Amino acid sequence: MAKQQANWSPYDNNGGSCVAIAGADYCVIAADTRMSTGYNILTREYSKICKLADKCVMASSGFQADVKALQKQLAARHLIYQHQHNKQMSCPAMAQLLSNTLYYKRFFPYYSFNVLGGLDNEGKGCVFTYDAVGSYEKVGYSSQGSGSTLITPFLDNQLKSPSPLLLPVQDAVTPLVEAEAIDLVKTVFASASERDIYTGDKIEIVVVNATGIRREYMELRKD
Amino acid sequence: MSKSVIEVPPKGGFSFDLCKRNEMLANKGVNPPSFRKTGTTIVGLIFQDGVILGADTRATEGPIVCDKNCEKIHYMAPNIYCCGAGTAADTEAVTDMVSSQLQLHRYHTGRESRVVTALTLLKRHLFNYQGYVSAALVLGGVDVTGPHLHTIYPHGSTDTLPFATMGSGSLAAMAVFESKYKEGLTRNEGIELVTEAICSGIFNDLGSGSNVDVCVITKGGKEYLRNHLQPNPRTYTSSKGYSFPKKTEVLLTKIIPLKEKVEIIEGGDAMEE
Repeated sequence: MAKQQANWSPYDNNGGSCVAIAGADYCVIAADTRMSTGYNILTREYSKICKLADKCVMASSGFQADVKALQKQLAARHLIYQHQHNKQMSCPAMAQLLSNTLYYKRFFPYYSFNVLGGLDNEGKGCVFTYDAVGSYEKVGYSSQGSGSTLITPFLDNQLKSPSPLLLPVQDAVTPLVEAEAIDLVKTVFASASERDIYTGDKIEIVVVNATGIRREYMELRKD
Repeated sequence: MSKSVIEVPPKGGFSFDLCKRNEMLANKGVNPPSFRKTGTTIVGLIFQDGVILGADTRATEGPIVCDKNCEKIHYMAPNIYCCGAGTAADTEAVTDMVSSQLQLHRYHTGRESRVVTALTLLKRHLFNYQGYVSAALVLGGVDVTGPHLHTIYPHGSTDTLPFATMGSGSLAAMAVFESKYKEGLTRNEGIELVTEAICSGIFNDLGSGSNVDVCVITKGGKEYLRNHLQPNPRTYTSSKGYSFPKKTEVLLTKIIPLKEKVEIIEGGDAMEE
């Protein structure tokens, strides 16, 4: 008898792309606002970005039901941390927590592709990138989701990522100014929405810097 | 696209593929190619003076747009046009083939081609290939017997309809037609309705997008309105532009002149007339 195939899957892919870029004193996190299933659009105005702590923001693409569950889990754990330590979690601490939370479900994963962005304890921008089961790395910029294959090569070209093989270890945090980084993000999403059917509608751009968290939107192709 | 080499039908059953050959090829690292589908919205309707066809212009390869402005309304005869959805190669090949056959037929008979002729040629071909030629077509035209509109499915069945839609965006477009279609539309009303239906597909179906193509066929002639509507311009272009520094260093330049293979013999005979 041929191997039986499952006729139902617990997962679905709601599409979308997210990007994060770290700067000297800021961090830009952006995601499109389209939520889809198969060839249909469920909504044009869904936020994939979640504020986890004062200086820490997460953007996730993939299966939004799992993303929502993950965000709730992290929010609850953050609240406990605040009660126990009387302070907000720092971005690197939240990064580790997210990794552990994802690996906890190693054998029934959260179908969630995350980028975490924010300011570290010294106020410098940091971006952490994850896979679905919690493997993570601190990077200067990252992209996840359906448009990531279109976005990442362009970011590699423009943000001149130094080779990780060089010693001493060089930081990939970009020397670009905040406005330039936002311009880059807008260009990159406009291009991705031309060629990726799952990316479009609007971009939500969140900027974390010393003054706080700021949000802006930009229209994208709706087809 | 499923990555398994042996594609078992979803509810079990016999696989008619060349399983041993596929497995052997996969072991040698040759994987079956994915094909480019148009993931489309195509429509047609009959109005007062003839037929109007409409199509979007996006061609996809899975989730990626491979052509942002392709042509889906194919020429069959001076008075007959055909929109194609499904595998792009199949729609192109089958419409080109039948178009040539129609031309030969016109020479043979000395008469203008009829839509039913094109219909029969297409459906016979598609039925012969048992659905493997994945072409779903909306065929429309005006001939001596009047205006005609037909849909043709990949397995070879056909329908004759006053208004029709095909492709992944067909439901979105049909919703518009079912609400707003009426008999005896004028030319402008017809074009507007077709444009609205295609736009519905463009914005609500992810497999369709970019621009609207329209083709109006009447007894007097045809009007092919390529990119009749362009509702999706690029949303953002950076004002300062981007530079792309040359990242590949030139390490060594070496020029080797190729030896001339032809030997020139001086004082040969002049060529004879």
